[in-house]
Amino acid sequence: MADTLQNPNPNNISAYYQTRAAHHGVVTSDWLAQAQAAVGRHPDDVLPPEPEVKVAGKPFSVIHEFNNWRNQPDLAEAVAAIRALAAVIRNSEATTMMELEIELKKASDSLKSWDTTSISLTAGCDLFMRYVTRTSALEYEDFNSAKSRLIERAEKFGEISYKARRIIAMLSQDFIFDGCTILVHGFSRVVLEVLKTAAQNKKLFRVFCTEGRPDRTGLRLSNELAKLDVPVKLLIDSAVAYSMDEVDMVFVGADGVVESGGIINMMGTYQIALVAHSMDKPVYVAAESYKFARLYPLDQKDMAPALRPIDFGVPIPSKVEVETSARDYTPPQYLTLLFTDLGVLTPSVVSDELIQLYL
Amino acid sequence: MEARRGWRAVPKVRQVGFFTPNEPPPPARTQSGPPDSNSPPLSNSPAGNSLSPVMIPPPRHLSDNLAHRATSPLPVPETSAFRRPIPGGDRVAVVGSYNPTDSMLGASPPLTSPSSRIGDGEFSEESSPGWFRRSNSAKFASSFPGGGFDLTSIKSSETLEVEVKKPVEVPEKSGVAGAELQTESQSSSKPLKAKTTKAERRALQESQRAAKAAAKGEATGKPAISSEGAATSKPVKQQPSRKKDALPAATSVAASDRKGVDRPPEKERKKEVPPPRMQFDDKNRVEKAKKRAVVNQTEARNRVELFRHLPQYERGSQLPDLESKFFLLDPMHPAVYKVGLQYLAGDISGGNARCIAMLQAFQEVIKDYSTPPEKSLTRDLTAKVGSYVSFLIECRPLSMSMGNAIRFLKNRIAKLPLSLSESEAKESLCSDINRFINEKIVLADKVIVRHAASKVRDGDVLLTYGSSCVVEMILLYAHELGKQFRVVIVDSRPKLEGQALLRRLVAKGLNCTYTHINAVSYIMHEVTRVFLGASSVLSNGTVYSRVGTACVAMVAHAFRVPVLICCEAYKFHERVQLDSICSNELGDPDAIAKASGRMDVNYVDNLANKENLQLLNLMYDATPLEYISMIVTDYGMIPPTSVPVIVREYRREHLWI
Repeated sequence: MADTLQNPNPNNISAYYQTRAAHHGVVTSDWLAQAQAAVGRHPDDVLPPEPEVKVAGKPFSVIHEFNNWRNQPDLAEAVAAIRALAAVIRNSEATTMMELEIELKKASDSLKSWDTTSISLTAGCDLFMRYVTRTSALEYEDFNSAKSRLIERAEKFGEISYKARRIIAMLSQDFIFDGCTILVHGFSRVVLEVLKTAAQNKKLFRVFCTEGRPDRTGLRLSNELAKLDVPVKLLIDSAVAYSMDEVDMVFVGADGVVESGGIINMMGTYQIALVAHSMDKPVYVAAESYKFARLYPLDQKDMAPALRPIDFGVPIPSKVEVETSARDYTPPQYLTLLFTDLGVLTPSVVSDELIQLYL
Repeated sequence: MEARRGWRAVPKVRQVGFFTPNEPPPPARTQSGPPDSNSPPLSNSPAGNSLSPVMIPPPRHLSDNLAHRATSPLPVPETSAFRRPIPGGDRVAVVGSYNPTDSMLGASPPLTSPSSRIGDGEFSEESSPGWFRRSNSAKFASSFPGGGFDLTSIKSSETLEVEVKKPVEVPEKSGVAGAELQTESQSSSKPLKAKTTKAERRALQESQRAAKAAAKGEATGKPAISSEGAATSKPVKQQPSRKKDALPAATSVAASDRKGVDRPPEKERKKEVPPPRMQFDDKNRVEKAKKRAVVNQTEARNRVELFRHLPQYERGSQLPDLESKFFLLDPMHPAVYKVGLQYLAGDISGGNARCIAMLQAFQEVIKDYSTPPEKSLTRDLTAKVGSYVSFLIECRPLSMSMGNAIRFLKNRIAKLPLSLSESEAKESLCSDINRFINEKIVLADKVIVRHAASKVRDGDVLLTYGSSCVVEMILLYAHELGKQFRVVIVDSRPKLEGQALLRRLVAKGLNCTYTHINAVSYIMHEVTRVFLGASSVLSNGTVYSRVGTACVAMVAHAFRVPVLICCEAYKFHERVQLDSICSNELGDPDAIAKASGRMDVNYVDNLANKENLQLLNLMYDATPLEYISMIVTDYGMIPPTSVPVIVREYRREHLWI
């Protein structure tokens, strides 16, 4: 990814969505085995080995660091960002809090500009910066201990984020009843956790998975669910309205939760939410609280564009335009509840939380 | 409407809606209590019922007699401290009339009775049975219920007073009042017994009232203090009236009806809630208020029934009258007087402009202020401010922004450390005012402009209604940033405020389209964003703004066009309003009867005095939150559901700082 370091988005292609596709898209099994071997991944492994400090030859680059972290499929984007920032602190040569803050601000800005489409990245950076400025205000200890406290906090953030998934899974158990049919869209690790926990609690339910083109995340998800012995049915994206009658609830994750209470998620979520709303089916969103962002889109085009090339399998004539946006915005009136680690919230509470957090 | 109140034995029926006021009232129903003639409130308004059309009738069991409500008489002790009458029944503001702990003008735009709690305090001093908690009447909260308070047993010191009360009341208050009253009445006396005592008391009250009316004629101008401290009924009643007498408050009318009956516990519970505004339904109260008013205003004739609770005066005579009195109004500060005249003439309009003008006038007041001997600066200054505010209200009812600013000022005055010398205190207050204007208005506007301009994209067609200073700033800023967009200005009669905005924008080089509000649904299909200003945003997300805003927002919603409200956070209020009727401002009805520049459009000229033609010129309306996509404030872009969060987080903690 060295070339992308200098020129982040040459074609406006969203690195965030590329990564997600790489993580959760359909892969061949031997590639998967290879990748697993390479990464040495364990789902519960929260503390992967310490990244080596770059020795002199190669200057420390926060983006490089971030990409290292981000490439782990099980790690949330925001956590990767915060780990990268923690690495910045560790490698920093600043001697005062102000200097450190300035360095961090620079690093955080470069991370954000490197991928403007990733909301959780931005939100994670903002959260950490907010924590840093708050801590530095209580400067009663010497610099080194403050520094180590920040690093410690960053490490803990990873655990918090992981625990967040557990909390959300627990909160949503009450909403899954025996014999229910759940429609899932996109591959969200949080939603997967929810369903896993439900299966472990011996609940009887079945899942409808949308195919999720162009990433075909649905295939991957159905794979995982089949391993849990949960009855899964795959639907093509167009079959959602057709099957909505049999569905009891819709479960989606979120790439970002915006100030209005709406969510930004994989392309297709808005469609499903509209259909569900018109048929009076509840739409539940499972999102960690660090995904709350201070954005406020007024319509679909009001966000930074996040494009992702689509491979149709056949060549497309050049005169034909393709809509390649990877995500859409679902307004709050189509969402029923949000499950977060702060509790089960209605969409209007998101702004309340954001105001308390950021103001 | 009548059917709803059929259960009540009250004979007066109020017809709501559009009808000829000269119709004879429906035949009185048989009553179980004293005859109608004995009931003061009911006998006074020939054509109108005392019930406000939007009121919820109180529980049945309270209606033994004519409409009355029982009140529990717990005086509020702390207010008594402020009831110091000012000698010489002149029109200077009385300290006692305003309760400094309570924002007088809380947020009520049309008018707030400055004396909302006066009655309580007074009576507590007098140790008379408690009265009206919320008498808005500047005069006297209780005594003669021009609004129907039943002074009944001044003599008896029973704690439970059942009062005849004009049933004009806020619904929730009446509900609670009713319930509370009810329990209290039952606990203290049996209904039957209460009935007879009520009747007796009413008769007594009637006679006292007559006597008082006679005495009042000569008593005007006499210091009220004479009766202070006396526990006798008459002096007690007269004294508050004297005190209030001194108040130039036009707002003292009728509100007492509404609140008078509430109890102290309720009042304490609602301590943080600004007092409800005064209602102008009751003729008696209006007359009384007029006597004490600085501005001589005559009630407009042919008022629309539904809006009887709002003040409306004949235009044209006020300004010359005030101008002629310029050198006579000794207690009034010239800066305040000037601002009042400007409001009356319409030279200053718009929430921010009015607020800034008022605050700057108050700065002058503070600079010229010197504490009279043996008085405390905080109390005296608060009272002075209160009187000036009531003068301003007479000129033009307050906007919410002004109400909030006044609350801030009073709060700062009250929080002055006692150790400061007078000049230090004055300086600190002046700098507080400067800081308020700077932070809450000037800087806030800059932040709003920056946020909102980020929502303007190239190729946009932006629609705005009327003339809002913040929206104008946004459009100019976005234009400076180089964004390519065009503007549609929607305007409406009679004010035609959009024309001035149009001139200014065109002068700066923006592409503008100008249209009348009739065509808003015609033009809406090409619009991509709607930017609107607001006079205030209430806690349930309702936007209170220039009349016509709701219409524009509704059409935009129907066309799925996002509506952005741009409003500084100091204009937020914790009030909740469900419709545009319960609180509004009435403008000059002649303005809608005439078209400027067209002398031939004079169809209504000779009809102005006919009784079956009523002209209604509303100034504000309420836009529900379903039509609003986002509110841009200095705290960022928030959904309309988050207004109470801002109010909660930033009012109490920072108290306007």
